[in-house]
Amino acid sequence: MSIAKGDDALSPASEDMVAVEAHPRAIRWMHWINFPVLAIMIWSGLRIYWSFDFTRVVGEFGDNNLIPNDFYETLQLDRKLARGLSFHFSFGWIFVLNGLAYVTYLIFSKEGRHIIPSPKALKDIVGTILHDLGLRKEAPAHGQYNVIQQIAYSSVLVMAAIVVATGFAIFKPTQLWWLTAAFGGYESARAIHLLMTIALVGFFLVHIVQVARSGFNNFWSMVTGFELRPVSEVVSNGTDETSDSATPETTIPVAEELDEEELVNV
Amino acid sequence: MSNATDPKRKIISESDYREKSRRSFLIGLAGIGLGGVGLRQLANHTGEGDNIAGPLREIHDFNGAIWQSLYSPTALAPTFDPSEARPIRVNGRHGVREEIDLDTFVMQVIGRNGDVIGEHDMDELHSFPYEEMTIEHKCVEGWSEIVTWGGTKFSTFAEQYGDEIQAPFVNMRTPDGVYEVSLDMESMIHPQTMLTWMLNGEPLSQLHGAPIRLTTPLKYGIKQIKRISRLEFSDTRGPDYWEIRGYDWYSGL
Repeated sequence: MSIAKGDDALSPASEDMVAVEAHPRAIRWMHWINFPVLAIMIWSGLRIYWSFDFTRVVGEFGDNNLIPNDFYETLQLDRKLARGLSFHFSFGWIFVLNGLAYVTYLIFSKEGRHIIPSPKALKDIVGTILHDLGLRKEAPAHGQYNVIQQIAYSSVLVMAAIVVATGFAIFKPTQLWWLTAAFGGYESARAIHLLMTIALVGFFLVHIVQVARSGFNNFWSMVTGFELRPVSEVVSNGTDETSDSATPETTIPVAEELDEEELVNV
Repeated sequence: MSNATDPKRKIISESDYREKSRRSFLIGLAGIGLGGVGLRQLANHTGEGDNIAGPLREIHDFNGAIWQSLYSPTALAPTFDPSEARPIRVNGRHGVREEIDLDTFVMQVIGRNGDVIGEHDMDELHSFPYEEMTIEHKCVEGWSEIVTWGGTKFSTFAEQYGDEIQAPFVNMRTPDGVYEVSLDMESMIHPQTMLTWMLNGEPLSQLHGAPIRLTTPLKYGIKQIKRISRLEFSDTRGPDYWEIRGYDWYSGL
């Protein structure tokens, strides 16, 4: 695709814009289905944990829940065990099926290469952290996601897998005794299930901050699939071979790095 | 976040993007609206005879059917050394609030045709082969406790009733009729499902279900009915105390 470059390429505010595909449709649907489903799972899960957090001492009904009772009462999570269970065991299937669809899609579409860190990318961990902290001016070159993002998006998959596996271990501790045993028994599986949920919430909070930092255009690209960009930036990234002069300096190494990766991975 | 562009990625004009953006916004809005209304319906349900909305009940039963079809009688709950057994709290008093006379207690057995086909006093029940199992007893609330139950396997007890175990359900209830439980036959004849009269080496207390109760690591405590005075082999799934209060009927572990 050839795009005519404006005369004032160095002042993006007045520049022509184009939209570049950022996220495939399947990923967008799975992402946005996951958001309310995971929220429902956590909400209904807390209604279940209300009746007995795993730190509560057996033999005493008291206030020694891991999570204070005020928290449950404020969010109206108390005294709704039956409803919590029914939501959890219904929407859990959507979470599982969506997760399976996602993994299958990552494998067959090769989209997985964007989020699984390559051995080569791992060396950029320190540089990326320094850049994120503002201690280093230039970000290490990377593809769609930097190595820290790749680690975050890969580990959230692992966390989700553990949360599902421990969920089944708690759900069917007799019929799936081997799965429950793999997590150190029923009580232990219950604890891991809650801790993994807390880790997922932690990921979510960091994710929200990062998305807020990167601006509306980036956020909206998960909705539309396309991200609005100045023409010059798009052209500089190798889509138009004839115009790689006069490109903003910082994006040049990025483009080269990506081309190499493409050759390696395709 | 991305600061590079994959050369293979599609590029569209700004006006096409605006159109796409508008359409996505409307689809998103419709999704939030429909989803929100649906969720409110499900969450705010307070119906007569069931504490949870119809679709959620259907999924409970659907889940039960899945696990029943995957059920394996050889999958056993882990057992523990009897020294690990601990006292267990009384968590539910429904059906056992009143003290009863254990000497005159009789457990009635009803056949598939509705007739009384057996009556058992405790002296007779105690003559069945005695076994103990130390397992993790689990409450639907989430707590668990390792306890030693003593009694006889239901499958052993049921042998005298021959073909009655072809019935798909066993419906049980307490003498006062307050507490009722129905179970699938596969779970009833599992090798770890017992008619129980001993707890941690002592005779059951009345609040724990004396003189005879059901215990099984295949179900939560809500299904392990205390003080069974009526036991029916049945072709229909009988009433279940906690099911009508919004819990899963199958409650299989």
